[in-house]
Amino acid sequence: MADAAGRGLEPLAHVVTTEGAEPLFQTGDAVKVAMRFPVGHYRVPTYIRGKRARVEAVIVPAAINNEDEGFGRNAGIKRHYYRIAIPMRELWPQYPGPEDDGLRIEVFETWLERS
Amino acid sequence: MSSQAHDHVHLPDAGDTSPGYYEIMETAIRELLIDKKVFDAGEIRQMLEVMDTRTPALGSRIVARAWVDPAFRARLLANGRAAVEELGIDFFENTQLIVLENTDKVHNVVVCTLCSCYPREILGLPPDWYKLKPYRARTVKEPRAVLAEFGTVIPDDVEIRVSDSTSMIRYLVLPQRPESTQDFTEEQLAALVTRDAMIGVVRASAPAKEKFR
Repeated sequence: MADAAGRGLEPLAHVVTTEGAEPLFQTGDAVKVAMRFPVGHYRVPTYIRGKRARVEAVIVPAAINNEDEGFGRNAGIKRHYYRIAIPMRELWPQYPGPEDDGLRIEVFETWLERS
Repeated sequence: MSSQAHDHVHLPDAGDTSPGYYEIMETAIRELLIDKKVFDAGEIRQMLEVMDTRTPALGSRIVARAWVDPAFRARLLANGRAAVEELGIDFFENTQLIVLENTDKVHNVVVCTLCSCYPREILGLPPDWYKLKPYRARTVKEPRAVLAEFGTVIPDDVEIRVSDSTSMIRYLVLPQRPESTQDFTEEQLAALVTRDAMIGVVRASAPAKEKFR
């Protein structure tokens, strides 16, 4: 938490938060993008589905699932997006470039699994 | 080109052709939303005016400021949106901005594979090639080949990070400050920062050495 001037505030103790208020994953966690193909427009490109990744950053604040918003549900529990890193070799096994080359992308919590 | 004196191609005047499917759909939805008083025509006009003032020149000023002011640079990398807002540039809705720092060891490039997500607040409208499928499909698969086609050859000991901009985050690449620019003013530095350098398909470079003369 921070006020308008960016000064951090000490959180109060013993507050029970809503579901999704605390990030499920942390920086450094090994994750896997879910392999599923629901009907409709989803902002998880198919080329990353089923791929293993590492959480590089938790995006704050938590946000409404934009896929729900796309269907007119603009309220409800918020969850986090995560900036994840996926090696190019994981995406494309024949990738000819250096091993360190990689992709970064933000994925909503409901699309990530522990790996 | 024909040999006639007429040596340029005329585009048809806007409005000469009948509207297409999506144009009709846009008009219908816009008129419905105005009728339902979600917004009025004046607000649409105002938004167009806002968009027309948003150009890569804003991004260039942000980058130049980061090059000369280490404290601003640190704030920009920590929270892109908040730092940009310090300069009086506001954002639309909940968009967050991540600023990607190029270094001797890392080169960043931005793409949106699903559509054309782009930091319009600070760069204006994206170039046509950014919206076309070859750039969108190939940049996440063979970034080094795509960059080479822009004239940017990245050595193998420099890691390439492709950021696919598909959800609520927008990206700005913070290029490396060119060498031999230590005497430049902030304004002169801003002139070196091109739109393409802030997408990451080229580096920022010192003034051209008139090599084409």
